[in-house]
Amino acid sequence: MKKQPQPIDEKIMKDFTRYSGTSDYIVSKDLQNDVNVSIALGRPLLIKGEPGTGKTLLAQSVAQGLGQDLLTWNIKSTTKAQDGLYIYDTVQRLNDSRFGGNDVSNIENYIKLGKLGEAFARDTQAVVLIDEIDKADIEFPNDLLAELDEMKFYIPETKKTITAKQRPAIIITSNSEKELPDAFLRRCVFHYIEFPDQELMAKIVRVHFPDLEKKMIKEAMAAFYQLRELDGLRKKPSTSELIDWLKALLAAGHNGKVDLQKDLPFLGALLKNENDYEIAAKQRQAFQKRSSLASFRR
Amino acid sequence: MVTPTEWLALMEAMSRGFAGHSLVSFYHLSRALLVKTETLFDHFDLAFREFFTGLEVPPEIFEELWQWLGKETLKREIDADALKDLPQYDWETVKKMFEERLKEQKEEHHGGNRWIGTGGTSPFGHGGNHPGGLRVGGESGGGMAVKIAAERRFKGYRRDVTLDVRQIKVALKKLRHLRRTGTRLELDVDETVDKACKNAGEIELIFNPEHKNDVKVLLLMDAGGSMYPYAKLVDRLFSAANSVNHFAEFNHYYFHNSIYDYLRPEIDGRERIPTAHILKELNPDHKVILVGDASMAPFELFMENGIIDYYDSNETAGIVWFERIAKHFRRTVWLNPMPQRYWRHPTISAIGQVFPMFHLSLEGLDEAIKKLTAF
Repeated sequence: MKKQPQPIDEKIMKDFTRYSGTSDYIVSKDLQNDVNVSIALGRPLLIKGEPGTGKTLLAQSVAQGLGQDLLTWNIKSTTKAQDGLYIYDTVQRLNDSRFGGNDVSNIENYIKLGKLGEAFARDTQAVVLIDEIDKADIEFPNDLLAELDEMKFYIPETKKTITAKQRPAIIITSNSEKELPDAFLRRCVFHYIEFPDQELMAKIVRVHFPDLEKKMIKEAMAAFYQLRELDGLRKKPSTSELIDWLKALLAAGHNGKVDLQKDLPFLGALLKNENDYEIAAKQRQAFQKRSSLASFRR
Repeated sequence: MVTPTEWLALMEAMSRGFAGHSLVSFYHLSRALLVKTETLFDHFDLAFREFFTGLEVPPEIFEELWQWLGKETLKREIDADALKDLPQYDWETVKKMFEERLKEQKEEHHGGNRWIGTGGTSPFGHGGNHPGGLRVGGESGGGMAVKIAAERRFKGYRRDVTLDVRQIKVALKKLRHLRRTGTRLELDVDETVDKACKNAGEIELIFNPEHKNDVKVLLLMDAGGSMYPYAKLVDRLFSAANSVNHFAEFNHYYFHNSIYDYLRPEIDGRERIPTAHILKELNPDHKVILVGDASMAPFELFMENGIIDYYDSNETAGIVWFERIAKHFRRTVWLNPMPQRYWRHPTISAIGQVFPMFHLSLEGLDEAIKKLTAF
């Protein structure tokens, strides 16, 4: 007896290929897949990668691509897990009890939902971005485990449980400032955004500058990747710095007129460290010396 | 380590068809669900390559086929048992059959079991499922994924080899050690307001012992000739340590091969400070990180006047100075940039007995910092 092959559920496959990038955000195929897997499995998507590779922008693009609202929860070193769920505004309540205002006996008036709580309470599905989770205390991710697993939390002050009506898509970014706890990692889908290769980068630049001359893109990219290759750089320039640099070049009217092989204007937009600046300058001098020697020989 | 939760998640994803029918998707899917840090991607690649190598069929590209094969692959699930029943051909036969078939075939074909096309179980074309068939362009079942794994693009992210300034800084930050010390109390305003509000306005003052960061670090670096290959690495460690602003105190000195009666505050300066003076000045709480290859001629370490500088002399042997440092400070580590396999060298093993020695890699640095912060 041969087993009958199982047909793939059409709905699931349709569900699975929901996000496919947006016009202003170029996304690689495997990142697309990882976004969709994380949504389908209901697990948070953990995004890491070099600074400036568009980790935060991804969440905006996912929200836009799915036609959902984006709720951004920016994490600081003082952020507590509780803040994302709800805040009991006791100061307001005290103020009201002294000077009049809302109904003080109704504590619910003073419960304010955080970004995650808000996403749970919504009728429609939303995308929640937990930005730079590694900024917070080491225990922070662990404090959210139950809430992310069960998608509900209990408010003791009002004796109410808030359960997610629609499981939100959760995207978490990290800059690896701190190690994330294993128990937390176990529950995530992980994607590392690699630095784009020249081909993908050309596409990204196109999206930002649709009218840029081909020659200028080619030269700028060559100069940019050359710069990244330099030995000993403390901070390599990233995508967002390339975009800024191109903006500066355009604003100064450099569209295709400057030979970027010879001269690199606005280097400060690309390199943010004195030391790196010196390395690049030295390299350039050496290059110019060589090329002037070559022209002399000719 | 892959946990059952993660394995089950992969099984769920596969059973719901998320891997599609390509090994490339499987590669990315399993990596996303099983490996949670880019530092282990390279290990994953190695394992993947090891397991799946040999699946690739040499690609033979025929121009006229490209257009037929540019089509989307048909989604068709094929049972493993059914696959086994397909006739197996050796490479020569497949090639011959392919050429014959090519002569006969006059049109595009997708999803069947005989003609060249996409999907299906014919041994020719791409995206199909014939084990041991001939792939013509497109995405192969196995080869592409193995090729991706074989590229080993994440080699640079391994924890046991790389070190850049930011990584070192992150590691060094673990040294900082916030402690509530002493009996001096400071008013915790936030807690006080919170408490007062909960008490319906009854003010209750909350005090905490003072919060203080008291990490002091002493960095001693070898600037000797044999350290030149590692100069960049040591420079990175220094610039990271220097820019971490969480240390209550940060001192650094240079030495040449071994520490003798004097240390230098600048790498190439002439100024010298007596080592004994530094030991007297710095209290034993300093966490000491020594960096060096610890490799020298044995007399440099064990003999009086063993110092390599011709015009210099030392009354006390280097090893004695090292022992004094280890005795004076409570926490000391030695970071050695040389690979561990060379550590049997006599001076390395002698110094390794005085200080706990770690390899100057991110992994080693982490271990060293654990040692420095342990109680």
